[in-house]
Amino acid sequence: MMAANTNHASRGAMWLRLLTGSAHPAHDWTTVHACDAILAGRPARYIAVVPDPDNAFPRARNGEVGLVEGWRLASAVREVIALDADTDDKRAIVAVIDVPSQAYGRREEAYGIHQALAGAVAAYADARQAGHPVIGLIVGLAMSGAFLAHGYQADRLIALDDPAVAVHAMGKASAARVTLRSVEALEKLAASVPPMAYDLRSFASLGILDQILPLTNLALPDEQDIALVHGALEAALADIEGDPRRGLERRLRGEHRGASRRVRELLAAQWEDAD
Amino acid sequence: MSVEQLLGRDSFIERGARSRAQALLDAGTMRELAGPFERLHSPWLAMQHLVTQADDGVIVAKGRLDGRPTVVLAIEGAFQGGSMGEIGAAKIAGALELALRDHERGIPTQAVIVFETGGVRLQEANLGLAGIAEIQSAIVALRRHVPVIGVSAGSVGCYGGMSIAAGLCSWFVMTREARLGLNGPQVIEQEAGAAEFDSRQRALIWGLTGGEQRVAARLADACVDDDTAAVRATLVDLFARGLPAVHRSDRAADFLACLERVDTTRQATAQDVRDLYSKGLE
Repeated sequence: MMAANTNHASRGAMWLRLLTGSAHPAHDWTTVHACDAILAGRPARYIAVVPDPDNAFPRARNGEVGLVEGWRLASAVREVIALDADTDDKRAIVAVIDVPSQAYGRREEAYGIHQALAGAVAAYADARQAGHPVIGLIVGLAMSGAFLAHGYQADRLIALDDPAVAVHAMGKASAARVTLRSVEALEKLAASVPPMAYDLRSFASLGILDQILPLTNLALPDEQDIALVHGALEAALADIEGDPRRGLERRLRGEHRGASRRVRELLAAQWEDAD
Repeated sequence: MSVEQLLGRDSFIERGARSRAQALLDAGTMRELAGPFERLHSPWLAMQHLVTQADDGVIVAKGRLDGRPTVVLAIEGAFQGGSMGEIGAAKIAGALELALRDHERGIPTQAVIVFETGGVRLQEANLGLAGIAEIQSAIVALRRHVPVIGVSAGSVGCYGGMSIAAGLCSWFVMTREARLGLNGPQVIEQEAGAAEFDSRQRALIWGLTGGEQRVAARLADACVDDDTAAVRATLVDLFARGLPAVHRSDRAADFLACLERVDTTRQATAQDVRDLYSKGLE
């Protein structure tokens, strides 16, 4: 696994602060911060999962999405859905993504971490399908089940162009064990098979990533960097609002999604004949 | 189950995915879509010189269940551990999207997903994950109209990103042999050490994540015998019940209230989980 105890684990917290002008979180939750701030002149909710070294659940202290985090993400999103239930003017949700993994532990499995993550996925999908523009901003790691629960259901995904930013289905050591390969063999394959790669440009070729933002000062972003990210969020918001569809179908346009397109064409052609 | 019943039963676990789909649907109504003659081999497995299969391990079967229009999406656990690659995931997501379109046209197509899967196919890593996100989105959209029912019979069980999809289902049916969890025992052991989770301890694994425990802890809805007729009858009953008042995935407040009461200084036992959720999730 990539080291979760290095200080990049707080990138989520840093970007949440920078983008919301240090807005006060809506709750006193230690690992899920939801802050309300303005985006393109209108209220928006920004959400990040952050580390808490004193978390009562010991396997979720480095910013992992655990049981409590999954359900709190769900709550933070559902509050927004409830707030705008009676208006067509649905506020935006920005998932600030820096999640090293889901929490791996016995307590987590016993108490149903899959169900907690399903809570978060359902809330984000409901929000998007109800018309809330949902934008995922990847500022650190976006791994596996944690990414499914926090960001993958977004209308648009934007990532910072940074070597510390990575997207993947599983950490390298575990992926090697499950696929009966060495880490070296896995890395070699990742270099030639686009969906196995850990880098952002390969990820973008899958149609999932809408934009990669080059910043000048990654460790300590300056005013210009923050303005660039704000601008990208505003542009994504305008793009979403100009598109009546609320599904994920635009991802299928990706260079390496040919098989996904062919399957859907076949299904559509055969669906009614099957009655 | 008595000895006579045991000898006379028609095992669901022993059936392959296609045979499971056929057995769940009303006799003579099944039509397979995007089937093996379309030769939907995974391009990504082929690129890595790994074995492919012409249906990529997912069966899309349309037909009727107790007379109602139904699509069954059955994952073949015997192919690559039931792992979700680009094609298999696109078959499930695409079929659920078409079921949703049916509703918009006044056709009440309902869906069953037979989960026999370790989750993302790591050889297709990010595309498997992307496909699972699309399946999840489609379940959430369809379950507003009609129940989406999940079944996991074993022996693979239901893991990884697909366990999250299972957590989105309106109802979830398991056998005693099935397991449902996010992280497989081997992965937890790799990430956290054998003291956290010993992947060789089968009793521990089934005790915490097996079908009997999940139903007793209210994380699944029905524990059925490994009997095809029993699985089918349970599905018919659950569809007749319609949608739950609140989907399990939408009970954040109830789950959080429960989790506040957990003593996290020690490891959880199966009984702890049953006690906690049987009170808190009534």
